[in-house]
Amino acid sequence: MEITWTVDGELFVLAVEPRVTVLDALREYLGVVSVKKGCDHGQCGACTALVDGRRVLTCLSLAVQCDGAEITTAEGLGEHPIARAFVEHDGFQCGYCTPGQVCSAVGMLDEAAQGWPSHVTEDVAADVDGLGDDEIRERMGGNLCRCGAYVNIVAAIREVAEQRPAHAARRTGEGAR
Amino acid sequence: MNPFDYERATDAAGAVAAVAGNPRAMFLAGGTNLVDHLKLGVSAPELLVDVSRLPLDEVRELPDGGIRVGAAVRNSDLAAHPLVRERFPVLAQALLAGASGQLRNVATTGGNLLQRTRCPYFQDVTTPCNKRLPGAGCSAIGGHHRDAAILGASQQCVATHPSDMAVAMVALDAVVRVQGEDGERTIPVAEFHRLPGEEPERDTVLRHGELITAVDLPGAAPRSAYRKVRERATYAFALVSVAAVVGLDGGAVREARIALGGVAHKPWRAVRAEEALRGAVAGDDAFREAAEAELATASPLTGNAFKVPMARNALVAVLRQLTGGTR
Repeated sequence: MEITWTVDGELFVLAVEPRVTVLDALREYLGVVSVKKGCDHGQCGACTALVDGRRVLTCLSLAVQCDGAEITTAEGLGEHPIARAFVEHDGFQCGYCTPGQVCSAVGMLDEAAQGWPSHVTEDVAADVDGLGDDEIRERMGGNLCRCGAYVNIVAAIREVAEQRPAHAARRTGEGAR
Repeated sequence: MNPFDYERATDAAGAVAAVAGNPRAMFLAGGTNLVDHLKLGVSAPELLVDVSRLPLDEVRELPDGGIRVGAAVRNSDLAAHPLVRERFPVLAQALLAGASGQLRNVATTGGNLLQRTRCPYFQDVTTPCNKRLPGAGCSAIGGHHRDAAILGASQQCVATHPSDMAVAMVALDAVVRVQGEDGERTIPVAEFHRLPGEEPERDTVLRHGELITAVDLPGAAPRSAYRKVRERATYAFALVSVAAVVGLDGGAVREARIALGGVAHKPWRAVRAEEALRGAVAGDDAFREAAEAELATASPLTGNAFKVPMARNALVAVLRQLTGGTR
């Protein structure tokens, strides 16, 4: 089947079999290797990218299902404040999970900016205002790091979260391009 | 992954016709469970009919204060919806307790109801499993069954239903709306999933080709809560979970609607506990008695006997929380 994607700002038309995942199409067909194949079963988060502004697992999405999508990978985020904060706080060791962590962090900050609650939010009826360490940890819970760089990752995300006024960014707003 | 054909449905009737016309066709929504099954070889359909872009992605208010949730509404959007957070906190909490942010962004309301057990033998095609291959035998009963059922299981199957969302929906008396070749019908979520009996391969009462179009949540349930017990703080399935909706009359329990997760082949409506609580003075004694009444029929295996006291304690804790007691 023929599908159309915008990946990191560039338009692609590609022919894929229905069983090809977004992850495999990005890596094998387009050579976008910043999305990592970790578990390939939705358990580690290494393949996280932003699809139409939302963080998703590309290993569990079929490419044909995402026809017309706008996909942003860690590569496309470039000099995003989150990427810079990861470097400043040394939020990685081997770096394999880092692209997924970065995309997940960007998606998560936008979700929080829209006031979305999380599992650790005391009152789900109230809008979330600011992100403490517990909120960051819970919201990043879908991304696993085998080295254990979590402490620095939390510090990096907190720094960026504190720089943004609450409810300022929309889902597809700053950072998602 | 086996090859298969793919069709994108443009309307519900067309989707129903496409799947009903092919015994080896399946609906594809978010795909967070199904795509994994395609990779594992647990499912090998000939045709996938993609229903994720059908116009079933709205949350609408109903005249009685309830809401109608379209089958294609994403779990993250539902959990974040103001009406859900205000009127049905138990549902928002259950959704947020399930999966991870990335998965909730894709998983849908209809797909969540149809997700299948995470019993390790069901997911491992090299091992016997009656749910995957009827008549093959059950590897869990004599094997690893820490996550297995303690209520309503059979000699054929001890698998548990994995959904958090569905447990909250059972406590909320939610109703599933489905469309089939012969028109529409409604099924209470409490009757939607089956106990395994002699046919553990059938998870639900749906017929082949029937499509979930929406879930109706009646009334409102501001005094409600979900509690999940799991082996790590986040992103794990429930060992035991409790959804409860409570109505109080002074110091007495006027009504309680309770469902348990992680304990059975379906979200388990705790009718015995509900009955024991009706009219009782709210307090630990009544809560413990109600839990014991429900769990008296539990028949755990050696590796999951801990779930009985765990379910009792979780239920008591939720009732305490909802009636203003201390934690």
